[in-house]
Amino acid sequence: MINVSGIENGIVIDHIPAGKGWKIFQKLNLNTIETPVVLLMGVRSTRMGQKDIIKIEGRWDVDLKLLALIDPDITTSRIVDGKVVLKKSMEVPQKVKGLFECANPRCVSHIDQQAIPEFTLVRSNGALHYQCNYCDEVTRYSL
Amino acid sequence: MRHLIQPEDLSNQEFMDLIETASHILAHPELYKERAKGKILASLFFEPSTRTKFSFDAAMLRLGGEVIGFSDSQSTSSQKGESLADTIRIMSGFADIIAMRHPLEGASLLASKTSRVPVINGGDGGHQHPTQALTDLFTIYHYKKKLSGHKIALIGDLRYGRTVHSLIKTLARFKVDSFYLVSPEELSMPRHILDWMQANYPDIHIYVLHDMEPALRDCDILYMTRIQKERFFNEADYLKLKNSYLLDAEKMQLAKKDAILMHPLPRVNEISIDLDNDPRSVYFEQAAMGMYIRMALILKLLEECDD
Repeated sequence: MINVSGIENGIVIDHIPAGKGWKIFQKLNLNTIETPVVLLMGVRSTRMGQKDIIKIEGRWDVDLKLLALIDPDITTSRIVDGKVVLKKSMEVPQKVKGLFECANPRCVSHIDQQAIPEFTLVRSNGALHYQCNYCDEVTRYSL
Repeated sequence: MRHLIQPEDLSNQEFMDLIETASHILAHPELYKERAKGKILASLFFEPSTRTKFSFDAAMLRLGGEVIGFSDSQSTSSQKGESLADTIRIMSGFADIIAMRHPLEGASLLASKTSRVPVINGGDGGHQHPTQALTDLFTIYHYKKKLSGHKIALIGDLRYGRTVHSLIKTLARFKVDSFYLVSPEELSMPRHILDWMQANYPDIHIYVLHDMEPALRDCDILYMTRIQKERFFNEADYLKLKNSYLLDAEKMQLAKKDAILMHPLPRVNEISIDLDNDPRSVYFEQAAMGMYIRMALILKLLEECDD
């Protein structure tokens, strides 16, 4: 068993489906932040069997919107002075910006650097379907 | 700041007001010849166009305004890698209103985010072409004296034809009876538009057809479109589909005596020239009407800016 100590101040992302932690790490660009970050993979979980956990020390300003796109059961906890001050489940965002690309190759968001792809949720039964605000094409989101 | 990016940017009342103004301009052009004096239209066409660009340009000139712009993006900074957003920031410092066409879908919305003057979408790839929809509504109203209750056939390229995407969503708002969507399977109306119709206008009948004849027999408005070569990624697909629907005098015998035959132009061979003198053919008049409705639109957006 590997022991990783708790963090004093920062964010804990818990209940990540096993194997998705690395993708979240990459999507959130956690390799570029200067404070300590820990990615725990394959942690034993009573409910999930196995899960991944990410702990980010000293930062709260991380855009966590995409977590719900991966699995709405993922939880985030805000830690202040070693205590959990806010724990919440993720909600599927109605609007997302810059998290993924439009499925339409003719969309301006693929070519123009100032056209950050932005979407509005149109269907969330099963897979998540987002409509591009620029070209109206519907993109099925999957990480 | 008011823009026209898609038909939904205008209310039904505004559509009717624009049609009324355009009808008045058509009847009394002399009353409007100085209405935009001192104003400049930036006519920014990043892909080739004759009808739409010259229609906008002529509209502004007939209102007494001036026109600057280009019809070929080769001569612009976009070829040097400049973002469209920056091009528009700069051009909106020179002009009072912008009309633009761009090959990328969503380009006009991007432009509207950085423009300091009204932006009119003159076509963004295969996406939207709201002033063509305005032109079409004006034409239908002019010849039929109403917009509601019609059976409308949209024939040809319904997938990449931006004209029909704007048109179907706009006509739906005016209580039309039905749409006959006639196309080859590969060029059928996009799913998201059919879903939108079903969700918003479940009472309008929609018939998806591959055969043109039922539409010719039943419909009041026959709207032909060109199979657009420039929307295909490869030549072989285009060649396979380009002659899917050809309308000539013999087939037109099936159509109602009071039907009207429309086309956004340019046509290639989908409407035979032997139909040009058929009294039901209104496609050349339709092109002319585009200028009058654009005059009405330019006036409206300029006046709202001045208020």
